[in-house]
Order: sequence, then C-alpha cells, then structure tokens
Amino acid sequence: MTSNQPSPLILLHEKDNVLACRRKIHPGDTLLIDGTSIAARGDIEVGHKLARVDLGPGDIVLKYGVPIGSITQPTRIGEHVHTHNMKSDYIAITTRQSTGGESKS
Amino acid sequence: MMQGYERADGRKGIRNVIVVAYLVECAHHVARRIVDVSADMDVHLIGFPGCYPNEYSLRMMKNLCVHPNVGGVLIVSLGCEGFNREGLQAVVAASGRPVETLVIQERGGTATTIAAGVKAVAAMKASIVHTPRVAIGVEDLVIATVCGGSDGTSGLTANPAVGKCFDRLVARGSTCIFEETGELIGCEQIMAERAVTPALGEAITACVAKAANYYTVMGYGSFAPGNADGGLTTQEEKSMGAYAKSGDSPISGIIKPGDHPPSNGLYLLDVVPDGEPRFGFPNINDNAEIAELIACGAHITLFTTGRGSVVGSAISPVIKICANPETFQRMPDDMDVDAGRILNGDATLDEVGAEIFAKIAAVASGERSVSESLGHQEFILTYKSFEPVGPACLPVRARRA
Repeated sequence: MTSNQPSPLILLHEKDNVLACRRKIHPGDTLLIDGTSIAARGDIEVGHKLARVDLGPGDIVLKYGVPIGSITQPTRIGEHVHTHNMKSDYIAITTRQSTGGESKS
Repeated sequence: MMQGYERADGRKGIRNVIVVAYLVECAHHVARRIVDVSADMDVHLIGFPGCYPNEYSLRMMKNLCVHPNVGGVLIVSLGCEGFNREGLQAVVAASGRPVETLVIQERGGTATTIAAGVKAVAAMKASIVHTPRVAIGVEDLVIATVCGGSDGTSGLTANPAVGKCFDRLVARGSTCIFEETGELIGCEQIMAERAVTPALGEAITACVAKAANYYTVMGYGSFAPGNADGGLTTQEEKSMGAYAKSGDSPISGIIKPGDHPPSNGLYLLDVVPDGEPRFGFPNINDNAEIAELIACGAHITLFTTGRGSVVGSAISPVIKICANPETFQRMPDDMDVDAGRILNGDATLDEVGAEIFAKIAAVASGERSVSESLGHQEFILTYKSFEPVGPACLPVRARRA
C-alpha cells in the first residue's frame, strides 16, 4: 500500500465514535486514528466500520452524527464494529446466515 | 428540449409502451407468450397473480395501465377470477388509449388466445405510431428513487449523490418521490423537521412508527444477509444511508401507492399497509416498491446499489447507480453510473449528482438505460390494504404551474 493514497478511514461526522472503511484493511496495516497509530488486528472490508475509541457494552454507536445502535461486547479502538459486538436499538436483525458467495465448503 | 408523448389527462410520457396485463396467475403464461412472440422491447408484461379481489391491486393496475409511459393495453383474463376486468378496461378506455380484453375461457384456450393476443398487440403498435409528440421539460418529470442490495458504501456515495440530484431536480420544478418508511426507521425525527408544516412532520413520525410496528410483527426488519456482509449492522444504520437519497429539500407531503403527487417538490411514499398486519411483508422485494412508485406516476426510477442489483422494471426505465467501486469492477455492464469513484476520491458528490441529472435527461429523451437494454422488465404486485392519506399529509395542493 503506497503512502500517497488517502487514508482508508472516513470520519463522517465529528461526533462519531466509528469510522467507515473506503478500502479493504488487512491485519498489520497501520491505521492513523485521531493522531494515534494502531496496527489493524483483522480484515475489514470496504463499507464496514471500526471503533474510533475504546467502547464498552451499552455504549451508543454514532455514525453520521446519529445513533445507529449500541455496543454489546468490549471493543477496542481500531477493532471491527459489526453484528458480533453491536445491536439495533429498534428491530432485532433476524436473518439467515449468509454464505457470502455462490458456494463455500 | 426533450420530446415526450402527449396524454389526454395532461401528463406527458417518455416511453410509448404496450402493456399486456394478466389478471390472475392462471392467465400469466398466455400473457407472457403474447409478449415473447411479439418480441418488441416496448411490449411489457404486468399482472396480478391473486384470484381474490383486492382494492389496492385494482387501483395499482388501473394507475399502471394509464401511466403516461403507456400507449395501449391488452388485458388477458382467464374468465372466472375475482379481478374486476370490466372496471380496469373502462378506466383505460376512458383515458383514450386503445384497449382490448381477451378471455381465455371464451377464446377457446391457450393457443387461440396467444394468437389473438399477438395480433391485437401488432394492431395497437400500428395505431400508437400516431401518438402526438410534445415538448417535455424537467418540470414535467416525476423521478423516484429506491435502494436495493445496500452495503456500507451505499450511504457514503450513491445515496447522497442521488440526494444531490434530487435537490437539483426539485429546484428546477420536478416532482421527486422517495419511499420505504420501514427503511427510514431511526430517521423519523430529523425527517419530520424537514416537513413543510408541523402537522406533516407529525404524520411522518406516525408513518415510520407504523412501519416499525409492522416489521416487528413480521419478525424481520428490511434487512437482508447481503446488507450485513456489506458492513451494515443495524436497521437504523441502513436507514441513515437510505435517507440520504432524499437530499435536503423540504418534504412537501406523504402519498400512498397510486396517489399522484398534487404539486412539484419532494414527496415521501408510505408503502406500509394500514390496519392490522394482514398480507405479510409490506414489500416482498425491490420491484414491489418500484411498481408502487410507477403507479404514483414516476417516469424514471433511480436505483442505488452497493452489492449489485441487476433489476429494471416494466413501464418506466430504471437507472442503476453503483455505490461500491469493487461491485462496479465486477459487474460494470449492469450499471449506468459509477458513484464508487467518490470513495476513491476521483469524483465529488456534486459531480456524480450532476452526472445522474444528465443521465435522467438522456433517458427521458429516449436513450435506453442499461437495464432497459438488457431486457429487464421485472414486475410484481401482491395483496395490501390502505386507508386514504389524511389532510395533514398533503398541505400543498396546488397543481404545478
């Protein structure tokens, strides 16, 4: 990854506590979050989001400056924020497990 | 100046299609064969599968058959179904369009009805060649938007770019419609603040609450596995991304399926049925929403997608705007506009908004959208029930100048 590319992270609103990914992030990639360098711990795909600060159960997740759900598991800065550590505060997402492809063994 | 098709009700079309409409699933095959044998891009199939009568579906079919993009209608009935075929035929005839009804049980069965239908379509095609042409401007257009196969990029690129395009359209006198209150759960307060009157704001909040209740009873939100694969975690996160399609213009009113917006400006289409949940999911897929937008008069639907939807529609063209640059690389032949460039820093929201606006003008002038060229003419209609909108929903009643 060349250094002249824009940051893979987008802050959509100054109040937000998550950042959106504009490029795929690989383990070990250096992420610059509000001036702090953090090594990415896992794959994070385009369009997914990660924690801008350390978050704990019950914390409200802010994206676009508005609440989009709350945290269910301790989540450290730079970690992926998704269904494994976050839930809706409106309607529980009940859905079949996606396979993510045509076939997967 | 674009050239449209003049209709007796004062509206103007951007296409002049023949619609073949089946009135029960039992007539579907015959109707589809008539369309297939006619082998013409401007002969489209629509229909209603149910045998029990339903006011909503009758109203939908009437509105679709006299849509400004429709030049003539062939109705295909089995004969014993509950659909009010005489009522449908009367509405089309009153609009001045050529219309014919074929009843399979009276025509002698499948083969004879297909043969008669193909002949009827050819005769209609010949007669609508003479439909008067008329100058059509941006202020004559009704433009709708939906999203489908959304992911985390939808709310960053394609949806806000459509919002920019909507602002541009509303400023130039177009009528714009956004929809799916079930996908606006969580946005109701900020949306209500954009209403042109406080009473409309309250009506917006109430219709999102109705959607939340309906989806809770159904047990699923409007949230598919692909949404989660694409990085969306909750209904309200998806909602905020979807909401961006509406832009920043004031919201002029709430309409329901089949209502024509009474003025230019921005309208919210309430697609969630009224009363106790009865007929299942409000909209079983994206095309159910597109059909409702077209029944409200939409000439073109702007369809944003992150995961990569391929659908089009009968009657009105669909313009596909791809949010995700990786999806665009994978399936470029299905997309009209590449909004993923915004993510790479290669274009701004305003630039892509202007590009969508230019694409609308081209498609309204007769250029085929990608899904049209590929032959996509999806259509679906199911059971629902609605009460008419209340007085607070339409504070602006003046027809456009």
